[in-house]
Amino acid sequence: MKRIVIFFSLLTCWLIMAISCKKSNNEEPQTNLKFVVPSNFPKPVYQFENNTVTNDGFELGHKLFFEDALSINNSVNCGTCHQPFAAFANLDHSVSHGVDNCFGTRNTPPLFNLAWQQEFMWDGGVHHIEVSGLNALTNPCEMANSLDNIVRTLSKKSPYPELFKKAFGTTEINSQRIFRALTQFTGMMVSSTSKYDKYIRKESGGSFTADELSGYNLFKQKCASCHSEPLFTDRTYRSNGLDLVSKDIGRDSITQTGTDRGKFRVPSLRNIELTRPYMHDGRFYTLEEVLSHYNSGVKNHPNLDLELKKGSSLGIGLTKVEQGFIISFLKTLTDHEFIQDKRFAEL
Amino acid sequence: MNTTIKLKAIVFALTIFILSSCKKDDEVVTGTGSISLEFDHKVGTQALQFGTQSYTNANGDDFKVTTFKYYVSNISLNKADGSKVSIPESYYLINAADLTSALQSITNIPAGDYTGIEFTIGVDEARNFAGAQTGALDPAKGMFWSWNSGYIFVMFEGTSSKSTQTGGKLFYHVGGAKSPTNAVRKTTLIFPSVLKIRNNAIPELHLIVDVSSLFRGTTTINFANISGFHGGVNGLLVADNYAASMFKVDHIHN
Repeated sequence: MKRIVIFFSLLTCWLIMAISCKKSNNEEPQTNLKFVVPSNFPKPVYQFENNTVTNDGFELGHKLFFEDALSINNSVNCGTCHQPFAAFANLDHSVSHGVDNCFGTRNTPPLFNLAWQQEFMWDGGVHHIEVSGLNALTNPCEMANSLDNIVRTLSKKSPYPELFKKAFGTTEINSQRIFRALTQFTGMMVSSTSKYDKYIRKESGGSFTADELSGYNLFKQKCASCHSEPLFTDRTYRSNGLDLVSKDIGRDSITQTGTDRGKFRVPSLRNIELTRPYMHDGRFYTLEEVLSHYNSGVKNHPNLDLELKKGSSLGIGLTKVEQGFIISFLKTLTDHEFIQDKRFAEL
Repeated sequence: MNTTIKLKAIVFALTIFILSSCKKDDEVVTGTGSISLEFDHKVGTQALQFGTQSYTNANGDDFKVTTFKYYVSNISLNKADGSKVSIPESYYLINAADLTSALQSITNIPAGDYTGIEFTIGVDEARNFAGAQTGALDPAKGMFWSWNSGYIFVMFEGTSSKSTQTGGKLFYHVGGAKSPTNAVRKTTLIFPSVLKIRNNAIPELHLIVDVSSLFRGTTTINFANISGFHGGVNGLLVADNYAASMFKVDHIHN
């Protein structure tokens, strides 16, 4: 009898242990997702205040990002113009194409390290990551929808009410929840595993070739005053002398000062190899064209940046060989792990 | 019993009576109460009628009204002693065409006697840049600029024979919360009589909101010169105008 009691006690204990093990196994993925600041990055601007990243919130954002029903006629989604393989820019499209193949006026920016961005769009008109998608959703030449209609559509579309419940506690769908879920997804897009990052952090896979190193040294002298490390942008607005007269007034549409005419956001150069074409209007298809512009193509725009007026001639003097070195370095900013990250893959 | 004792007893009783009546008064003004705000829309002294009625601005230009919407936020109630009670999370969108939005109620106000009200016409600077909002501030309400983030504080739309826009349209979208085109304005109104907030009654504060205030004041607006804008410097002219005279307390029902 005693033995039987001991046996059953042991069995019970073992069962409890097994069950609790199983439970913790199930719960583990729930705590997986976390926003992590890379050791070589500054403090982020957005820290997911009131919008803590959860697996359910992130997955909802992921599904919404690739959801055609966000556009007025079910034809495009965020990923149509923000393609994962192009670091979420739009490969080979000079400007964005929205519903009914409507052509926009500016080049689709890539999406990564958005949590470090204070302002959004080429002209910096949007001041918060959570509302950065509003433009694309409602612009008649992009997704052409209204927030009211999106809320109505998703409320009737399975499994969305259930997914909102998992992410936010109730089945209610409103624009704030849509934006917060999308932000959990896009804010988590951190590109910090390029060869350059590994070089800086002295990790394996981080050794530069002689050309890359020459390029890096040249870059620090000639380019870093605007494209400053580690984000490769100083987050200002400048004119790089593309034209004598700007067709698109850029930053001045926001500030209306006149002195910002023809200025655009200094874009990050991370993943630049993948995000062609270049400039706010996508006029250059290769990095060679871009470097050649800085060497010999800069025009004397009234608001041309002072950094491009320092030498005996306009622009940044660079020999063909030097341009090649810089391009070699720029390619070390390509983050293959980021674009292949399954968490952000097209659905 | 001698008279001194009698007198003492009377004084004592009186004191108790006075004290207790004081206490009674105190009891009445503890707790919280509500207030009902009524926004009554006019153009000058005329009632606001959408689309049909023709009005004249201070410059003598004719106009009709098709849309009139605005935010009232960050309300605080003032007391005679100079103290203020701020109403937390007070953001209201009033659409003159929608009678339900023209009647708002504020609950949970500390009971007391109030002599005035202060509020922001529009949305405070911080909330313009605070990410995705809900309720009255939901961008789905159509009062948020997507291309140059921030709320439209006051939206007036209409027509005028003087307008240079197609179809004689007028569109005045005042907004912007960043220098140098910050259009956030505050207003303070003094009540004609004391507003008593108690836990057993809901007083009414009846406000008259004058559309024509947008077009007169520091700048007399000429529709031929300013027929439409989204924010910017023209918005500042209009904001300075309406800050001075858009709201007026008509009366209070306690």
